[in-house]
Amino acid sequence: MSVLVLTVIVLVGSYFAGLLGSLTGLGGGVVIIPLLTLLLGVNIHYAIGASLISVIATSSGSAAAYVKEGITNIRLGMFLEIATTVGALAGAMLALHIQTSVIAVIFGVILIFSAIMSLKPKVEHIDKHDDTWAQKLKLNGTYPTSAGVVQYGVRHVGGGFLMMLFAGVISGLLGIGSGALKVVAMDGIMRIPFKVSTTTSNFMIGVTAAASAVVYLQRGYIDPGLSMPVVLGVLLGALTGSKILVHTSSSQWLRWVFAVIVTFLAVQMIYNGLNHKI
Amino acid sequence: MATKDTIHDTDIQQIIGWILRVGVIVSMLVVFIGGCIYLYRHGAEQVHYSAFTGVPAFVHSAGGIWHGIMTGRGRAIIQGGIILLISTPVIRIIFSAIGFVLERDWLYTGITLLVLLIIVASALSGHAG
Repeated sequence: MSVLVLTVIVLVGSYFAGLLGSLTGLGGGVVIIPLLTLLLGVNIHYAIGASLISVIATSSGSAAAYVKEGITNIRLGMFLEIATTVGALAGAMLALHIQTSVIAVIFGVILIFSAIMSLKPKVEHIDKHDDTWAQKLKLNGTYPTSAGVVQYGVRHVGGGFLMMLFAGVISGLLGIGSGALKVVAMDGIMRIPFKVSTTTSNFMIGVTAAASAVVYLQRGYIDPGLSMPVVLGVLLGALTGSKILVHTSSSQWLRWVFAVIVTFLAVQMIYNGLNHKI
Repeated sequence: MATKDTIHDTDIQQIIGWILRVGVIVSMLVVFIGGCIYLYRHGAEQVHYSAFTGVPAFVHSAGGIWHGIMTGRGRAIIQGGIILLISTPVIRIIFSAIGFVLERDWLYTGITLLVLLIIVASALSGHAG
């Protein structure tokens, strides 16, 4: 295959990955890696490098808007970034020593988990519970809604921190944003309103990914010829997705379609991993 | 309160939002320009991504990338754009730290510097191990 043909295929594929990713909240990386490895036979190390770069672009791009609107909890994000960057560093170091087939299997498992998470109904819970650690660390916050400014409290700071450490390891190991795991930590454990946890997760992903990207860059994982169509495609797709999202009321059927595709890819990754084909 | 801070969280939010947006736009423009040059020169060549061999030597070191950009090599320009993109969240952290200093929020100045330190540590550890 020539460079030009591969670039066009990857550009188009990444565009749709970014589009679906932003519409369903799963992120583009989860489709990019199977597309590159299963369909185009790209070595998983290059795929991880390229995906990680696209993750930084989309998360920085969308975080910019949420931060300006004041939905993102910057202090919470900064505090939890201690956990995700330490985790990302450990994950990136681990990726250098683990067999690629093992990485493929872990990737598949995380994909299935993310797909299930994207289907779960979002319940907005506003908790005013006063947690000592949350107060000491000034994590409680407010965010604007159509009904005015809402105050919320944060709880289980320690548990959330540990979960973020794990999310960081997975992000560094697999080259994805692991937004699903970050939302589990913030929405599920720390009991933060859904809108705040998704936007703060987005805000953190860029920093988490940068921590492992500096390791991958020096290891030669980030190939410019491959990263170029991936990053441009995913970003343009995500931009289109965010424009569509404003105009559509329901994306539930789309979530189902995407979850089925992702699960199918996940099974393929696991199968190939177990048979040492990746 | 006359001694109240001159900077607020909302100011920091505006600055951080601006940095993130400009960082993404500028780096994507650089990647796009480098991509056009790369495709013009190497579009007809065959790809070789199935075996992991690392990246070509001239895009592997900072000096090599800089020299490549100066001599108009496409992949070096792309890699320059990618480094700009990776630096965007890092620059965001530096500005958050400055914001917290101006707010006299020493706890969060410390937390922010710690995150920065971890990223510097991972940048240095990439060479070893």
